[in-house]
Amino acid sequence: MGDKRIRITTVSQKYIMALAGIFLMLFLVVHLSINLLMVVGDDGKLFGQAVQFMLTNPLIKITEYVLFGGFIVHILLGVILWAVNNRARPVKYSKSLKTENSMFSKYMIHTGVIILIFLFIHFFHFFFVKAGIVPIPEVAEGDKHDFFSMAVVTFQNPLYSFIYLVSFVFLGFHLKHAFQSAFQSLGLNHNKYTPAIKFIGTLYAIVISVGFAIIPIYFYFFY
Amino acid sequence: MIKLDSKIPSGPLSEKWEKYKTGLKLVSPANRKKLDVIVVGTGLAGASAASSLGELGYNVKVFCFQDTPRRAHSVAAQGGINAAKNYKNDGDSIYRLFLDTIKGGDYRAREANVYRAAEVSNQVIDHYTALGVPFAHDYGGMLDTRSFGGVQVSRTFYAKGQTGQQCLLGTYSSLSRQVNKGTVTMYSRKEMVDLVIIDGKARGIISRNLVTGELERYSAHAVVLATGGYGTVFYLSTLALGSNPMAAWVSHKKGALFANPSFIQIHPTSVPVLNEYQSKLTLMSESLRNDGRVWVPKQKNDKRHPNEIPEEERDYYLERQYPAYGNLVPRDVGSRAAKERCDAGYGVGDTGLAVYLDFKDAIKKQGKKAIENKYGNLFEMYEKISGIIPYDEPMRIYPAGHYTMGGLWVDYNLMTTIPGLYAIGESNFSDHGANRLGANSLMQCSGDGYFILPYTIADYLADDIATSKIPTDTPEFEKAEKAVNERIERLVNIKGNETATSYHRKLGKILWDYCGMIRNEEGIKKGAKLLKELEEDFYKNLIIPGTGAELNQELEKALRVETFFEIGQLMCQDALNRKESCGAHFREESQTETGETLRKDEEYAYVAAWEFKGEGKEHELHKEPLNFEFVELKQRSYK
Amino acid sequence: MKVTLKIWRQKNAKAKGRFVKYKLENVSPEMSFLEMLDYLNEQLIKSGEDPVVFDHDCREGICGACGLYINGRPHGPEKRTTTCELHMRSFKDGGTIVIEPWRSKAFPVIKDLMVDRTALDEIIRSGGYISVNTGSAPEANSIPVGKHLSDKAFDAAECIGCGACVAACKNSSAMLFVAAKVSQMAFLPHGKPEAADRVQSMVKKADVLGFGGCSNTYSCEHDCPKGIPVEFIAKMNREFFKAKVCKQKVE
Repeated sequence: MGDKRIRITTVSQKYIMALAGIFLMLFLVVHLSINLLMVVGDDGKLFGQAVQFMLTNPLIKITEYVLFGGFIVHILLGVILWAVNNRARPVKYSKSLKTENSMFSKYMIHTGVIILIFLFIHFFHFFFVKAGIVPIPEVAEGDKHDFFSMAVVTFQNPLYSFIYLVSFVFLGFHLKHAFQSAFQSLGLNHNKYTPAIKFIGTLYAIVISVGFAIIPIYFYFFY
Repeated sequence: MIKLDSKIPSGPLSEKWEKYKTGLKLVSPANRKKLDVIVVGTGLAGASAASSLGELGYNVKVFCFQDTPRRAHSVAAQGGINAAKNYKNDGDSIYRLFLDTIKGGDYRAREANVYRAAEVSNQVIDHYTALGVPFAHDYGGMLDTRSFGGVQVSRTFYAKGQTGQQCLLGTYSSLSRQVNKGTVTMYSRKEMVDLVIIDGKARGIISRNLVTGELERYSAHAVVLATGGYGTVFYLSTLALGSNPMAAWVSHKKGALFANPSFIQIHPTSVPVLNEYQSKLTLMSESLRNDGRVWVPKQKNDKRHPNEIPEEERDYYLERQYPAYGNLVPRDVGSRAAKERCDAGYGVGDTGLAVYLDFKDAIKKQGKKAIENKYGNLFEMYEKISGIIPYDEPMRIYPAGHYTMGGLWVDYNLMTTIPGLYAIGESNFSDHGANRLGANSLMQCSGDGYFILPYTIADYLADDIATSKIPTDTPEFEKAEKAVNERIERLVNIKGNETATSYHRKLGKILWDYCGMIRNEEGIKKGAKLLKELEEDFYKNLIIPGTGAELNQELEKALRVETFFEIGQLMCQDALNRKESCGAHFREESQTETGETLRKDEEYAYVAAWEFKGEGKEHELHKEPLNFEFVELKQRSYK
Repeated sequence: MKVTLKIWRQKNAKAKGRFVKYKLENVSPEMSFLEMLDYLNEQLIKSGEDPVVFDHDCREGICGACGLYINGRPHGPEKRTTTCELHMRSFKDGGTIVIEPWRSKAFPVIKDLMVDRTALDEIIRSGGYISVNTGSAPEANSIPVGKHLSDKAFDAAECIGCGACVAACKNSSAMLFVAAKVSQMAFLPHGKPEAADRVQSMVKKADVLGFGGCSNTYSCEHDCPKGIPVEFIAKMNREFFKAKVCKQKVE
């Protein structure tokens, strides 16, 4: 007997969530590898070339839209799941749950929201400039694609550097759960491979957050 | 005057059921949905009967007092389920399963019924397997079996130590399927409190809604009781706390004869009583006796730690008394031996009511790992309950009430002496005689529900196809409901100061002491008298908070305890009447020179079926003679 | 030993509940947790108070009837233990024990610590079975089942339907319960014909009944008294995906 009230089951939502998440995680790898070119010590030459490539390659252009879709789906579903799940327990326990497993998973919505806020700040500094929503900062001398100069200004501001660093820590927490969780959601849990997936997941979370953190630290202390 | 007609068909043993089946009347599919059947109880027997009847197209109403049908106490059966598949090529057959069961029951069961149970056992295994019951398989993908107490073949199918759970969840799933289809209506948290009889036929029940306290009327063309046994009469038993015989007992009082009430199996290996508020005894599987050695100190009241008692000061009394079978004697023998030692003052633990089950030698010989593989989950369970780690020191065990062979008298159709009232599974007396063999209970319950009742009930219902829905606003329903109400009012208004549980504990102790494992005339009489006195006190001093018109767990208990007082009296009467020892019924007056059960076949080879003659009146005994056409009666020996 | 109990008391489904404190003395460490509550109730009854209502039956950890949320954990502090198997020796002398009912939209409170878990039955009714009529089964050994598969199926089938997974989950999700049944039947050849329909209707039913979705927190596995692992949830997800891709429609 069908019930019209629920069109997409929570399991389908999880699948979509996991696929979007994996896509975003791949994006982070690309994003990080390009960004790290900033710290090679050539005043952003290599980085500039990479940016040029990204801006001109039509495939990347298309991917950019997909990426936006991915973000929106991921965020929307995250909020929907959170709302549905919250409704499933109208009366809360007086003693909060003492769960020993996977504490990161409990705070996905929280870390997610922090990352979302960070995303806005981040967009103000870079993406919105490119999109023409925010005026081009002086240092960029009218070049809206001179992300290197923009980064220099941004990260020499201690407040912004601090915000970025903190956000990367939360991003790490988010990813720590996200990585293996995505595999679980997709049904890929196998006693042979899951320990490896969990290990790689932790490694991934550390590499991404530490990797991104290098940039503000480099510009603040060493540039 | 009731005349017992067992309706056992004539002819050779192996052809009885097949021939009889073909002679039974049928109900056409179109007529089935016009017929209502009430099934009370959702254990293996009830759920299997209800789902099968639902599949056939009858309009079935199922009742259980628990919150969901999956809680029924069949869930707790551990060891396994027997079938005569002969997969092990070890010479098993339907006949051998029949023979073992008759012998194990100490020749107090009906040949025809037992043979039929053995006959349908193979189909039961087929059906459970198809339902997705994960029985143990061997590496080639075929079903595995193991051996069990009292037999020489390996015919027990199992799912680790949780066979009952797995079988029950199998039947529960098919029941759920029928509920989904609408052929079966499930009534949970409703307890049957009375049977309604119209024109001499069972036509409905009164149930108490355990959430609201309301009394509700349900009618049907036939009523099936699958309500289990009355082992909780001892208060402390291996059964669930809710297990109770009230439905069977109220039916008994409405005219269904009660057979062999004194046949109660005491299981030898349960965790002993540890505190005065203990509510339950947990079974430790019989299989432990394969490697564990039972002993007590040679010195009375020896309070030393078991590990400090040297080998030469230990009395391995089973090995001493029964050199041939040793620790593997049948349940009744093992239980009595433990009681005898403890009564003589050799018992261990704080209460002195326990013996040791020691794995020291097995661990030394086979290694801890091997023992862990075999019994790991049981050891863990024991540790949880007692706090003692059985790898380091011996387990303490003691016998506990476990299974009731007695129950409502039924004929070959599984119908009681009330037309239209059926009793299946443990609630009837049929197949186990005076002692049940391990793994035979799941077999019988499932066989009754899946492959016997659906045939025999049709034969009865075929005459009822013209009877329209039974109305519930009749004087009969009115009267029954009023009587229940009065019963409840009476209990609620006593307003004394002792709880139902406290009475239950006391009455259980009386029966355990005087009508338990070892019985004698004087003791039984004394027990019956003490019981009577306690019952009088019960009606003066019981306390139930609240009213009958609400969720009231104390009232539920009190109603059941009321039943136990009455059934306890009948147990005593039956035990007193049977001046022989057989199976679990051991009368001190009737024992061999070496202290074993001594049957008196000329006088007692009958089923004692008791008729209720009214409140305050003596029960009347009806005898159904047991004619053994196919087996020869022998004395059991385990020396 | 002495304990202070903080117990959730609620007259009926509609009434507003609250915590009531009870001080209990002379508790034996040998008592089971439920025996301790029996003991409390005996005293309450004798002093004219309403005893605490809770579900229980077999008291040996197999029927699944009992289930209390004790000090922030379903079935209390011990791993792989049901409330009825829990003993007082697991608690501190003089300590406070907070007892709450399972909390979930799908498990409305009936009274005090007793909740209505019919929703779990409804999930099973929506497809947690193999449609075989009595009498139609083939010879049991005619369909071989590999030992590893029957063992796996058993591990999943161990679920006792107590609802601890729901109680433990921050989302009140019943996915471990659903997954256990889906997996049991998907492992066995007998369950294959209906596998696609089964997983879809059961998952859907759980959602409709108001259980939350799974967000891979794994507290269900941690607090399951039978230790049913979350790998079965992954298995269920896999089965679900297969069913969707094969475009099996749920009628």
